[in-house]
Amino acid sequence: MTYLAKPKFHHPGLPKNDLGYTHRDYEGTVSTLCAGCGHDSITASIIQACFELSIEPHRVAKISGIGCSSKTPTYFLGNSHGFNSVHGRMPSVLTGANLANRDLIYLGVSGDGDSASIGFGQFAHALRRGVNMAYIVENNGVYGLTKGQFSATADRGSKSKRGVINTDNAIDLAAIALQLGASFVARSFSGDKHQLVPIIKAAITHKGAAFIDVISPCVAFNNHAGSTKSFDFVREHNEAVNRLDVISSRMPIEVKYEPGSVEIVEQHDGSSIALRKLAADYDVHDRTAALGFLQHHAAKGQIVTGLMYIDKNADDLHGHLDTVGVPLNSLGAEDLCPGQAALDAFNASMR
Amino acid sequence: MPTSQPAPISRVNDFVIRFANVNGSGSASANEMFARAVMRMGVPVAPRNIFPSNIQGLPTWYEVRVTADNHLGARGGIDLMVAMNPQTFDKDIASIEPGGYLFYDSTKELPASKFRKDITVIGVPLTAICNREYTDPRQRQLFKNIIYIGALTALLDMDVAAVEQLIGEQYKGKEKLIAPNIKALHIGRDYAILNLACPLGIRVQKADKVGDRIFVEGNAAAALGAVYGGATVCAWYPITPSSSLADAFTRYCAKLRIDPQTKQAKYAIVQAEDELASIGMVIGAAWNGARAFTATSGPGISLMQEFIGLAYFAEIPAVIFDVQRAGPSTGMPTRTQQCDIISCAYASHGDTKHVLLFPENPAEAFEFGALAFDLADRLQTPIFVMLDLDIGMNHHLSKPFAWDDSKIYDRGKVMTAAELEAGREFGRYLDVDGDGIPYRTYPGTHPTKGSFFTRGTSRDRYAKYTEEGAPYVDNMQRLVRKFDTAKDLVPRPLQANSTKPTKYGVVYFGSSAPAMDEAIAMIEARGHALDRMRLRAFPFHSSVNSFVADHDFIFVVEQNRDAQLRSLIVNECGIDPVRLVPILHYDGTPITARFISKAIIDHLDALQIAPAKAVL
Repeated sequence: MTYLAKPKFHHPGLPKNDLGYTHRDYEGTVSTLCAGCGHDSITASIIQACFELSIEPHRVAKISGIGCSSKTPTYFLGNSHGFNSVHGRMPSVLTGANLANRDLIYLGVSGDGDSASIGFGQFAHALRRGVNMAYIVENNGVYGLTKGQFSATADRGSKSKRGVINTDNAIDLAAIALQLGASFVARSFSGDKHQLVPIIKAAITHKGAAFIDVISPCVAFNNHAGSTKSFDFVREHNEAVNRLDVISSRMPIEVKYEPGSVEIVEQHDGSSIALRKLAADYDVHDRTAALGFLQHHAAKGQIVTGLMYIDKNADDLHGHLDTVGVPLNSLGAEDLCPGQAALDAFNASMR
Repeated sequence: MPTSQPAPISRVNDFVIRFANVNGSGSASANEMFARAVMRMGVPVAPRNIFPSNIQGLPTWYEVRVTADNHLGARGGIDLMVAMNPQTFDKDIASIEPGGYLFYDSTKELPASKFRKDITVIGVPLTAICNREYTDPRQRQLFKNIIYIGALTALLDMDVAAVEQLIGEQYKGKEKLIAPNIKALHIGRDYAILNLACPLGIRVQKADKVGDRIFVEGNAAAALGAVYGGATVCAWYPITPSSSLADAFTRYCAKLRIDPQTKQAKYAIVQAEDELASIGMVIGAAWNGARAFTATSGPGISLMQEFIGLAYFAEIPAVIFDVQRAGPSTGMPTRTQQCDIISCAYASHGDTKHVLLFPENPAEAFEFGALAFDLADRLQTPIFVMLDLDIGMNHHLSKPFAWDDSKIYDRGKVMTAAELEAGREFGRYLDVDGDGIPYRTYPGTHPTKGSFFTRGTSRDRYAKYTEEGAPYVDNMQRLVRKFDTAKDLVPRPLQANSTKPTKYGVVYFGSSAPAMDEAIAMIEARGHALDRMRLRAFPFHSSVNSFVADHDFIFVVEQNRDAQLRSLIVNECGIDPVRLVPILHYDGTPITARFISKAIIDHLDALQIAPAKAVL
């Protein structure tokens, strides 16, 4: 049905958020991806997360690279500016955009080809710098648009649709993100909206480089037996360490959790994350232990999901550069141009 | 073999001295002090650093042209060689003009076969003096440089007070270094006065030819231009010879762009992981309404190609300073050329054309460095400021920089929230004014109006994705229209006609300008007349077509092998290539007046054009 435009009218009784926006105000155009694509579920989760957080839709900049995943920003937040840049280079474009205006919310959407192969360098360096963003990789282990080649996140030993066995080692983007110093690292599954929506909300509210690896099966090229990125495989091997609830600063924290099973993590912006622990000894504040936990479970063929690590005191690139509080793009000549008097002094110093 | 000795060169305020040193020996600051001392005596200088891609150990040269006539281009030929590097001693001696002078360290006796008979040899036992005066090996090395400067002040009849004053300025804040340096200066000077025939035939005499000019490197000038032009985001990756541009921007911002109240930065500088990331950041920042730039050289331009095409097609402002060096590939990283003209003019795959600015010196590097940001915003496209190593990394005497305080930045066609709210029609790629330039909106402007999707794929006038032929062609034609608009916005060519009517002209640009200006006098002295046009930008203004049309032949002077500017003129102006005669200099050294005048005179002779006055 992708050739049909979305109807503009909607039910008058649709629920509204704190700003008076309905769910529909966060949607984009109709998806042109394959029916059943995991990426569409992620799109739906982004819409839900932004609606629940009561974000002004136009205050988000959505930036992507090239590929199936990078097409998705057209399908959500239709009143936001979007930028479908070049393959593997979303992180640099997002970094520049963020430097220009620190007041917008930056949503980076990428895929496993985009971030783990051609753009592996940019992925790494944007996280190292602590760019304030929610960086989502829609990870299906395969090149969809070019019809089914393995990507760099495909597990060694997994089988392609054509029956080829992958002999290269896989890149675990979440593990790398931990190692690179990302201050928020999570993994989720496109088929688990209850886990994914709060993770996206937490990533958006996090100040610093937030990275989410979302396993998102490709129904056309990577959903068969022998694939480790299929719906069935991920469901069977999903090892969730926790469940999240994001509590905005506007809402009082209602204590409805069993004592001992929940940890409240307060964030910079006043919001809190309520973590319901599923793995008893898992500590989301211990980067080194998180890496060990990931690798230990990966060796057993398990896919660890949930919030793996958060540094609630993280700062971002603007903090590191100590830039002024207002957006740089709002400064005019009166702020930026030193004028002839300063130039006279310069000239005098150069004789 | 001629047996008669040429007379020692005898010239006041008009000679070339070259210092041959070992990289990393601390000679650079002493040599620069020499150049400044001449300048302080009111005599113009044109220094050039000839250095290796190396930090320590390889040969390096510093050349100072002392030129009362203000010939600021390289001249070619050495009148006085200060040969301090045994590695290059023989080659250095061979490069001295007949009748010239050799200054060397005579501590160790050298066989007569090491020298030439047609030059004057001046030996000073520098090592012996240093070993006698100093015990610390580092001091022996550093003061050796000051000692030879001291000897030169006597040999060239220079004002020693000017050097003393410069030493005082250089060590301001480290006052205890002043006295030992001045002492070393006088050790050398005294030795020369006592033991050598001072002054030489070449010497410096106080004059009043410098005026209010400043002494500045082109990269620093361009960086200051970026500060004045309102750049707030700089993303760059280190590469010779452009790194000092980003370094200078960092320095000037730290001085001029700190909020007085909060002490916070009104700028953001990121050293990117590579050139792809640096141009990506520039494009992201400019898309989001900041003025942004990168500084790079040829290899960086190659790496940025895909992004440059995106910025052209998606119409995003960007400023790229290309400090050109000799290519291809790694080429000669510390040697100068004008070799990125084609790779910048047509950068990226598909049909693209880009705006190039050609500053001739630091004054224009400052002016164009600021102007580039207005042009980028106005035209919503990448603007290349085409510097080169010669302009960028050498100090040049330049007119003082000026800024009009009443000037406001041209941010181009940006639709505001109020205009959108008032119901003004917005189509991101809609040509409402007929100049090919559409309106844009910054992200986050309005809750429901003016948002659009930026993409490198084809789209219609309202930024909606399409692969239809007609809207694609419509868009590509509009981009051509926009490029035509640029012709009247970029700096115009400057024309200087010969006093005599002539059928011949010369076109040149960038760092060739001072050599060309000097060459014209040499060409005219041979009785030839030549009209001149200095190009300052691409796309070419219509006056370029008329200049070519008005002459039978045009010499096109440039510093690359393949006559890149000539190709651009042929291609863009539809001119018969036969009428454009390439004059090409591309060995990595700056082009000289001697080279240009000889090449042009040879051509005119080959064309059997008799000079207006007979030359015997």
